[in-house]
Amino acid sequence: MSAPTSVAPVVVARGERIGDGLDAVMRIVEVPMATVQRLLGHARMPYVFILPNMLLFTVFVFVPVGLAIAYAFTGGTNLLIWDRPFVGLENFKALLDCGSYLEPSTCRYNLFWTAVHNTWWYTLLNTLGTLFFALVTALVLNRLTRGRGFFRAVFFYPVLLSPVVVGLIWQWFLAREGLLNGFLTDWFDTRIIFLLEVGWSRAWVVYVSIWFHMGFFMLIILAGLQAIPRDIYEAAEIDGTSQWRQFWCLTLPLLLPNLLVVTVLLLIRSVQVFDEAWVLTNGGGPGTANTFIVQFIYQTAFSPDLRLYGLASAASVLMGIALLVLTLSQLWLAKKAEV
Amino acid sequence: MIAFLTRTRHAGRFDLTDWLAWGWAILGTLVVAIPIAWAVISSLKTEAEINSFPPALVPRAAQTITVDGQAKPLSMWVRTMPDGSEQTVALLRRIGLSATVLDPSKPEETFRVPVAELRQLKEFHLQWSNYSEPMKQFNFLRYLWNTVFVTVVATVLTLLLNSMAAFALSKYRFAGRNAMFALILSTMMIPLSVIMVPAFMVIVGLNLADNLWGVILSTVSTPTGVFLLRQYMLTIPDDLIEAARVDAASEFRIYWRIVLPLCAPALAVLAIFSVIWRWNDFLWPLIVLSSPENYTLQIGLSSLQGQFNVQWHYILAMTVVTLLPVTVVFLFLQKYITEGVASSGVK
Repeated sequence: MSAPTSVAPVVVARGERIGDGLDAVMRIVEVPMATVQRLLGHARMPYVFILPNMLLFTVFVFVPVGLAIAYAFTGGTNLLIWDRPFVGLENFKALLDCGSYLEPSTCRYNLFWTAVHNTWWYTLLNTLGTLFFALVTALVLNRLTRGRGFFRAVFFYPVLLSPVVVGLIWQWFLAREGLLNGFLTDWFDTRIIFLLEVGWSRAWVVYVSIWFHMGFFMLIILAGLQAIPRDIYEAAEIDGTSQWRQFWCLTLPLLLPNLLVVTVLLLIRSVQVFDEAWVLTNGGGPGTANTFIVQFIYQTAFSPDLRLYGLASAASVLMGIALLVLTLSQLWLAKKAEV
Repeated sequence: MIAFLTRTRHAGRFDLTDWLAWGWAILGTLVVAIPIAWAVISSLKTEAEINSFPPALVPRAAQTITVDGQAKPLSMWVRTMPDGSEQTVALLRRIGLSATVLDPSKPEETFRVPVAELRQLKEFHLQWSNYSEPMKQFNFLRYLWNTVFVTVVATVLTLLLNSMAAFALSKYRFAGRNAMFALILSTMMIPLSVIMVPAFMVIVGLNLADNLWGVILSTVSTPTGVFLLRQYMLTIPDDLIEAARVDAASEFRIYWRIVLPLCAPALAVLAIFSVIWRWNDFLWPLIVLSSPENYTLQIGLSSLQGQFNVQWHYILAMTVVTLLPVTVVFLFLQKYITEGVASSGVK
């Protein structure tokens, strides 16, 4: 399935043709840009080039980050920040108001803590599961001498699908009338409504996530494996080192920095689970068995009968802090790996 | 035994570890392919077939026959007679446990038989109307158009704006350059899920709520794109640019005529990713768009699934349409995509 190499010139040629179309536009843009350069001087041009991008980042990322923190300290249901009363730490207190953090039903916002618990378990299982399957698959592909490109493409393909498509495909596969229940009826004479049972639905959410994202992490690990120089193994071979020992004493230690980065990346992604689980379980069901933190934020802020923007932002800020800690540890690990 | 975990392989021998490796790869391929294949097969079934259980592995439909003297085609059934012999009959009508049937070779004679003696005949049939009907019934063409619009416009703007920023960051020295680069990279750490409430307020403030431009504009600047292009532009020799300056080319002309064409490979990678990102986007359009005529495919598809009467034959057909463009892109460009991911760690 490897793409024919002749694709590259075709793509480039097509790009050039589109470029020709844009050229007319650009010739017109060139005139005011030349005037701008005359007015500002050549040294200030980089600011002109970077301005549109920075403007969009400011409006859609930096301002919202500031606002998220501001929202978290306000109450009421008005969307616009200047209409909202300041309530201090009230939102955080409400979220953290709990009899016992291990028992969501004792909390004032028990849905939040249910979501935290669900996210915690999902994160744990998804991280371990994805890591295991991605590592084994990468090792297998690294060993294959033929068909590697084909299998790499197959395993990576689900990554490119949309969460909605993945959710629907699996919902259909697991449905009452689905293929899996067809086999179960044939072989065991039973039928399980997987997505309406708490235990099964949770297991399938994790499984579908692994199915969906495994290829991405597999590619990163595979790149790490292929970066290990071959002659190390040749030296080990000459010394008569067994393959077991080669794996434990060479491959694994050399791959460890790569695996650590993958693990943290997985944690960061898992904490933000939403799309495919939401579609697969029809909005977090059964009940709240698959309601995760992002869904809590989304519902609290945007469902028409709640519109609790302050509370949602407070939950966002708490999640943001957790993600920040994870991201900084990733940067730290990546830096350590380089040294 | 577990030797397949290591890299080396003895030349010319196909040992147990090779078997294990091949087994894993083939089993994994099935795990990936079966649910998708099942959705594609099911999307071609008739409504009656899709709701029947146990499911058939191929799309089928009731076999029919046109009989003289009957206005409508009749469905074909096999009748197992009490003595065990079989007869093909056409069903006229069915009342309770008995059915009125006729023998197609003798259309004048009708007779009544118990339903228990009948078994329906089915033939291979692809229900292509599952694909054409939603276009008329559910505004599906509208969703498709909206998605194409968002994908194309956002990708063009992403390539343009990100390459401009990358050009400034890689080919100039100016005060605040490193700070700006760090700021742009820091946005990688801020996922949408953390800022969705205030980001929506910004959209409302700009009067872009329920507007496709609201979906497009906030996704145009990508830290990944700026980073990717900057790294690539650093490899372009500065001499080229100096030579153009000597020839009195304007800075914009240098960017457009010299730097951008040289970046074609990096631009192609970013374009592929941008198309896939925007085609698949879900959470942000879900927040911004509220009226059905503005829905993108992903939002339209997920909203249909929440309806009371889930019409799986249509949903699956539309799911296949939704995954098709990404699949085609991947089939032709998979080498570039997998290499792009492996080398830059972006998705």
